[in-house]
Amino acid sequence: MARIRLTEILVGAFMVLGFVALFFLAMRVSNLSLATAEDGYSLTAKFDNIGSLRVRAPVTMAGVRVGRVAAIGFDQETYQAVVTLRIAEQYDQIPTDTFANIFTAGLLGEQYIGLDPGASPDMLSNGDRIEFTQSALVLEQMIGQFLLSKAEEGGK
Amino acid sequence: MLDSIASLGRAGLAAVASLGRAHLLLIGILGGLPSMLIRPRLLVAQVYNLGVLSLLIILVSGLFVGMVLGLQGHYVLSQFGAAESLGVMVAASLVRELGPVVTALLFAGRAGSALTAEIGLMKATEQLSGLEMMAVDPVKRVLTPRFFGGLISMPLLAALFSAVGVIGGWFVGVGLLGVDDGAFWGQMQSKIDFNEDVLNGVIKSLIFGLVVTWIALFEGYDTSPTSTGVSRATTRTVVHAALAVLGLDFVLTALMFGG
Repeated sequence: MARIRLTEILVGAFMVLGFVALFFLAMRVSNLSLATAEDGYSLTAKFDNIGSLRVRAPVTMAGVRVGRVAAIGFDQETYQAVVTLRIAEQYDQIPTDTFANIFTAGLLGEQYIGLDPGASPDMLSNGDRIEFTQSALVLEQMIGQFLLSKAEEGGK
Repeated sequence: MLDSIASLGRAGLAAVASLGRAHLLLIGILGGLPSMLIRPRLLVAQVYNLGVLSLLIILVSGLFVGMVLGLQGHYVLSQFGAAESLGVMVAASLVRELGPVVTALLFAGRAGSALTAEIGLMKATEQLSGLEMMAVDPVKRVLTPRFFGGLISMPLLAALFSAVGVIGGWFVGVGLLGVDDGAFWGQMQSKIDFNEDVLNGVIKSLIFGLVVTWIALFEGYDTSPTSTGVSRATTRTVVHAALAVLGLDFVLTALMFGG
């Protein structure tokens, strides 16, 4: 009887340990807490060029992650990229004249959207569009412009 | 000429027949679920045999696999100046692939072979027939608790493997090689998604657990009742289970992360 009891205790401890490991993977490794908060609300923004922005890229404000890119589409009429942003619920104080930029983390890092808050007293709500956007800096274009300006200098 | 074609046909028919027996056995095992729920103590004993007794090898291998990932990942990533992404690399490879696969391989070697040998010997020494003589269905009484014991143990063992591996990678990366602690965890948390990565890993380990336990039980139950037969069946369990896990892993990865 004592042996069976010991087995049961060990099995119980094993199950608890297994679920603790799963909990660790959920909370510490994948940060489930922010993933659930991301139910939040959606905003859209149109960009002339999104570079290599991907779905699930972070949306940050002052460097703090406030949401993720939920979807990327293409507008056939304006020939612009339509990016849907999913913003976490607790960040509902984003002014309507906020500026959306596409930045690159590091020189070759992944691209993300940075929001620069405006000064309007009205706040964005679900489904609204961010009017002011700045396209991604494409490295090849920058190098091209740099070479062009150098060539013009040389021509003088 | 005709003989060789006939032997090929015989081998094919035998393979199909054993596949059919394996599925009949699986249906029989699942049919034993209600009678097992009446006696949960049988299940507890098997979770102990298959899960608790595998803990040591799983935890130690997980720790060392994580530490090696930390070393190797740091070596490659630091050449691109991206050593801060070490946490992402270690966690993603563990949670998505190495955790479920290596755990399943170790589980097949540690628990699967033991299952086959046990059932095979029970058959060779006519204990299974003895049970049948007493009007006890050996599939329900002996195989069902072992099957569900393996099914419960595998995901828990895989989760433990991944968790211990991440800690091992953290120890090497942050503790020995000087990666920033905040960057290690922060990048990991922003890149690893619970549904996409962790949950898919758990589903994978559940499927591997089912396949490994099923193969082990079938090989044991289907063995020819001699010492050679049992030894061959045990070898087949490890080989077939390992091949099935690696092949299935490719299919599952393509389905889950490929698109």
